[in-house]
Amino acid sequence: MTTDILIIGSGGAGLSAALRAKELGADVIVATKTLPTNANTCMAQGGFNASSSEDIQIHIDDTLRSSRGLGSSIMIDLMCKSSKTSLDWLINLGVPFSLDENGDFANRFMGGSTNKRTYYAEDYTGLKILQGLYDECLKNDIKFQTNRYLLNLIADEETKEVSGATFLDIGSGNIEEIRAKSVIVATGGYSGVYHGFTTNGFGSSGDGIAATVRAGGIASDLEFVQFHPTALKKSSILISEAARGEGGYLVNSDGIRFVDELLPRDEVSRAISNELNQNKEVFLDVRHLGSEKLSHLLPQELKLCKIHENIDMANDLIPIKSVAHYTMGGIEVDQKLQVSGLKGCFAVGECSNAHIHGANRLGGNSLLEIISMGLAAGENAVNYESKNVLKDNSQLSKDKAFINAIYSNFTNQINFYEKREFLGKILYHNAGVIRNDTGLKGVLAALRQMQREFTFMGISDKSKEFNTNLIDFIEFGNALEVAEMLLVGALHRNESRGSHFREDFPGLNDTFKSHSIFWKEDGVLCAQFKDVK
Amino acid sequence: MKITIKRFDRRKEPQSIDMNYPIFEGLTLLENFIKIKTTIDPTLVFNGICRSGVCGSCSVMVNGKTTLACSYKPKDGDHIEPLNYHEVKRDLIVDKSKAHSTLETSRAAIHGDVIVENFLKVTVQSDCILCDSCFASCPVMAVNENFLGPFALSRVYKYTTIGSDSKTSIDAIQQNGVWDCTLCGECTLACPQGIDPKMDIMNLRSRSVQSGYMDPNMQNMNFGLDFTQGF
Ligand SMILES: Cc1cc2nc3c(=O)[nH]c(=O)nc-3n(C[C@H](O)[C@H](O)[C@H](O)COP(=O)(O)OP(=O)(O)OC[C@H]3O[C@@H](n4cnc5c(N)ncnc54)[C@H](O)[C@@H]3O)c2cc1C
Ligand code: SF4
Ligand code: SF4
Ligand code: FES
Repeated sequence: MTTDILIIGSGGAGLSAALRAKELGADVIVATKTLPTNANTCMAQGGFNASSSEDIQIHIDDTLRSSRGLGSSIMIDLMCKSSKTSLDWLINLGVPFSLDENGDFANRFMGGSTNKRTYYAEDYTGLKILQGLYDECLKNDIKFQTNRYLLNLIADEETKEVSGATFLDIGSGNIEEIRAKSVIVATGGYSGVYHGFTTNGFGSSGDGIAATVRAGGIASDLEFVQFHPTALKKSSILISEAARGEGGYLVNSDGIRFVDELLPRDEVSRAISNELNQNKEVFLDVRHLGSEKLSHLLPQELKLCKIHENIDMANDLIPIKSVAHYTMGGIEVDQKLQVSGLKGCFAVGECSNAHIHGANRLGGNSLLEIISMGLAAGENAVNYESKNVLKDNSQLSKDKAFINAIYSNFTNQINFYEKREFLGKILYHNAGVIRNDTGLKGVLAALRQMQREFTFMGISDKSKEFNTNLIDFIEFGNALEVAEMLLVGALHRNESRGSHFREDFPGLNDTFKSHSIFWKEDGVLCAQFKDVK
Repeated sequence: MKITIKRFDRRKEPQSIDMNYPIFEGLTLLENFIKIKTTIDPTLVFNGICRSGVCGSCSVMVNGKTTLACSYKPKDGDHIEPLNYHEVKRDLIVDKSKAHSTLETSRAAIHGDVIVENFLKVTVQSDCILCDSCFASCPVMAVNENFLGPFALSRVYKYTTIGSDSKTSIDAIQQNGVWDCTLCGECTLACPQGIDPKMDIMNLRSRSVQSGYMDPNMQNMNFGLDFTQGF
């Protein structure tokens, strides 16, 4: 199969890119591992940042401040200046953003923002955006390849030109390639490496990041992971920031309020982790808001608390913990969103590191990024002049051999599901909100042991069609590669900055005002720090 | 305490069997599937991404009723099957591509300019998570597999309310569309998002009439009666 532009991932970033590329006349295929609307984007509730002309500079300053020295003012400028047109673009597709009593679009404050600039569509902002984008894609005859699991990018070994990717067709079990003049990776973040301790949906294993690095691309700043302070204790399901914004309290098992609830996410998360580390429980208390206000303000949460914790928010305390929510690090890209180290390959959305969020993301800036940068990525990919589209490449046969080996040679003496759970747990406790040298080294050693044991793991299901046991296993392999970079970055960054907090180095240290970068040489991970431009 | 899951594998003999599994208490049905897969039987296949009722991927039939697996706690004796009126691929995974192609056939997207003032009228319709529960509950599917079905029509209602050109989609929903619905309301009962496709379809009928279309059932009736006979 061939096309002009291959887009991998159908979240907000992938679909925006697809629409722009199509509008500019390109032939587009969107390949995605499930169905188009099953992306994480549908889970976003809080909203979409867009600044009025008087507010643009303040929006830029807020974003820069939150990035703690790691944001690029050029990229942030680009995003904030296009925020209003990105919002208008969505509105014109019929995404019904909420209106206020005057019939103007309603907006709210998000933590860390100076002005009110977060636009929302009830508490289903991401869902309504994603469904709207999907309808628009169908209208524009954009071709979807569903149930296609990205295995590897097809990159020329010498020129590093990317001319497509290989996929496992989950439905048939066949391995196939889709060739293209340029490729856009839009596969989302890697919070899923903290298995069991993330607000993200299943499958947020950083597949696209792992594949890019295997192909010779560069990843960066993977140690920066934003932890959301309030997720349900058992299920890690998000309780939105609105709960605190509207006056919810955080209390510990002694019934004592231990932190100013309106501080930035990383500070609140640290305070919560401190309590949990002292074997206390932490609760969100919204009882005083009353059931009427709650059903208006947090209707989804009301339902979710009932189902997942069997509690009634209006009468009970909500047991919570802080969990991995958003990953700032990702595929290193230049100002055209081209992947560093490769040609003809772009990355956009949460899988990329466009130096917008730096060491910490401002709430509402991610939905903005996926749309404004998604559109830009589509345009840049169309303008890219490719060199060698259909040059022979051995990637497909390598991947077929690899999958065959999993079926035939991997011994499956070690249950990888147990390892996945264990990795999630030790990452969360040692490379989570609060980190230190000893803990990080311990997890890294355990992780490398798992990498050595990988061929002793494997699959019990030997069917070809819809083998989700196999998908889970490959995802786990990707998670191991991504988590290794995360740990190496966290271990070498001997300072605390934004979301990355080292209790053994609690202060900011400007010798580390730099990006951690990761790449592979002969399959071996290499890392170094690179100055901020 | 156990649940029964209808397993299906077209390469096995017999293709379909009922299997019993213990209930992991306190967990949702989706979490039970995951526990079964990771600790008892890795060959069980199902879908589920967000575990919070917004991605629409996990719907199944529980005792004959469509249910989001992530929003339901299983009870002793529950019988779990894949969604009705979809081709079963394996176990609880069905092919949704045919159902979702109704979105294209019905031209469910914005046409013309948006009418922002009307956004408030489609708040609920735009909460659709494409879970296919309504589609799998619609009795018309049993007799007409080309019926556009509830979610596509509800979407057309949404876009014709907020878009200045409603003709494109109204034209597209005359055949196998608004007039084929029996207004039984099963879709409305099935929707986990509180959407009322039946009401939307009734409104689309009025819009169709305003655009000059007639209820074909009425037309047939007219042809059947010979009004001239008495004269
Ligand atoms: C619960 C929650 C609430 C949030 N709330 C907000 C908010 O209020 N405001 C805000 O700005 N941000 C919010 N965020 C963050 C924001 O939603 C995400 O950062 C953003 O939606 C990511 O979009 P994306 O397109 O980059 O990736 P995603 O939406 O994650 O899409 C990734 C796509 O890639 C596909 N994919 C992944 N791996 C493969 C593979 N191997 N092969 C093929 N396809 C693959 C997936 O199937 C999917 O289609 C929230 C996030 C969560 C989890
Ligand atoms: S009301 Fe119409 S669309 Fe809904 S289930 Fe009944 S026949 Fe189907
Ligand atoms: S209308 Fe309701 S039941 Fe039908 S697909 Fe949408 S959310 Fe599901
Ligand atoms: S898992 Fe997403 S709706 Fe159930």
